[in-house]
Amino acid sequence: MNNHNHIRYDHEHDGIDRRGFLECMAWAGTGLLWTVSGGVLVSKTLAQIANVGTPLPATDLSFLQISDSHIGFSKEANKDVTETFKIALDRINAMPTPPSFLIHTGDITQLSKPEEFDTFDHVLKSCRVKDVFYVPGEHDVLNDGGKLYRDRYLKSVEAKGSGWYSFNKNGVHFVGLVNVLDLQAGGLGQLGDEQLEWLEADVKELGADTPIVVFAHIPLWAVYPKWGWGTSDSERALGFLKRFGSVTVLNGHIHQVLQKVEGKVTFHTAMSTAFPQPAPGTAPSPGPMKVPAEKLRSLLGLTSVQYKQGTKALAVVDSNLS
Amino acid sequence: MMTLTPQNKLGALLFGLISLNLLLLGRAGEMNTASVGAKENRIEIKDFAFNPQAITVKSGQKITWINHDEEPHTVVSVGKKFQKSSALDTDQEFSITAGAPGTYEYFCSVHPKMTGTIAVEK
Repeated sequence: MNNHNHIRYDHEHDGIDRRGFLECMAWAGTGLLWTVSGGVLVSKTLAQIANVGTPLPATDLSFLQISDSHIGFSKEANKDVTETFKIALDRINAMPTPPSFLIHTGDITQLSKPEEFDTFDHVLKSCRVKDVFYVPGEHDVLNDGGKLYRDRYLKSVEAKGSGWYSFNKNGVHFVGLVNVLDLQAGGLGQLGDEQLEWLEADVKELGADTPIVVFAHIPLWAVYPKWGWGTSDSERALGFLKRFGSVTVLNGHIHQVLQKVEGKVTFHTAMSTAFPQPAPGTAPSPGPMKVPAEKLRSLLGLTSVQYKQGTKALAVVDSNLS
Repeated sequence: MMTLTPQNKLGALLFGLISLNLLLLGRAGEMNTASVGAKENRIEIKDFAFNPQAITVKSGQKITWINHDEEPHTVVSVGKKFQKSSALDTDQEFSITAGAPGTYEYFCSVHPKMTGTIAVEK
């Protein structure tokens, strides 16, 4: 990466440079700034930014995605997930410019237990960013269909159905979707007709130049259906968003950074703050991946997203906890 | 129809004691399944799969699932033909008693790719 201090590809004519994109992707897990602006894709590692002392670009809105904290998990892959969650919050507190708000993309807890939610809430108090928007993971709705989750985490939004909602910030339209409930035998994540109808109506009146950010727990693209890493009816949801010039889809669930750009839609999955999971198909199952203790924090992390008004640009930055 | 006998704490304790007793009897070469009622059928949950994936039992026999994964799993009947389990953490078990003859499909509601079948014979 030393010879690539600043990777810039002009895509005005021929779209994304695949080779360059993949090269950048190889570094995504170690902290990378993505800026997609007017067809020009720029990347820098976080280390490079830190080294030259250049602050992140001034933006009108920055927010942070945190995911899969799995409070209550205590197995070998990470015996202290509360501690690594704390470290992630410390990183947020140390940011030179605090994000406007956090998005938690689910699996707050391991087993949906009230005491696990309590621990999460208690630790979160140390975070200086107070606004947090949630979507549930399947671990948060294990035994009660998500009632406890909804009672706690949807107070600041006008949630519909099983907990989906939208809100606007600085001209960006945010949509939080629920795809972990009423799952069918043999199937994947699922949004369901009621939520899809709501989504269609929700975005109907928006101008096509409104940047859209969609967040949900299970990926809204077919990452690896064999492991259940996809959502059966996500195509319908994306169909309602086709006319928009900038759509960013943020997911969790798979505990690793993966990114795909499809037309005007950027799909991105975040690291967990608890434990990594294997790359698709590289293990017998997607269960927690055990790594040497000294390597663990390099595979945990969070994601920062920035938007500068008028450019439609959303920069997605992944940084690990090592 | 199948009837459910979920393990409450006392039940689990009794089951544990019976199992221990069985084991001891077995070692003494005197194992007699009739002495503890119906034969038990175990389904191991490992690597996000039910093993065996398909099982044939007789009506009245007990079926027990045990989760060996570090991930919680559930046992949920397709069509709600028997009561679902709660989320099973590592090493936790769930049991039912097979009811009316027929074929019963089930899955893990957390990881719905995980499916299994129970054939109940007379």
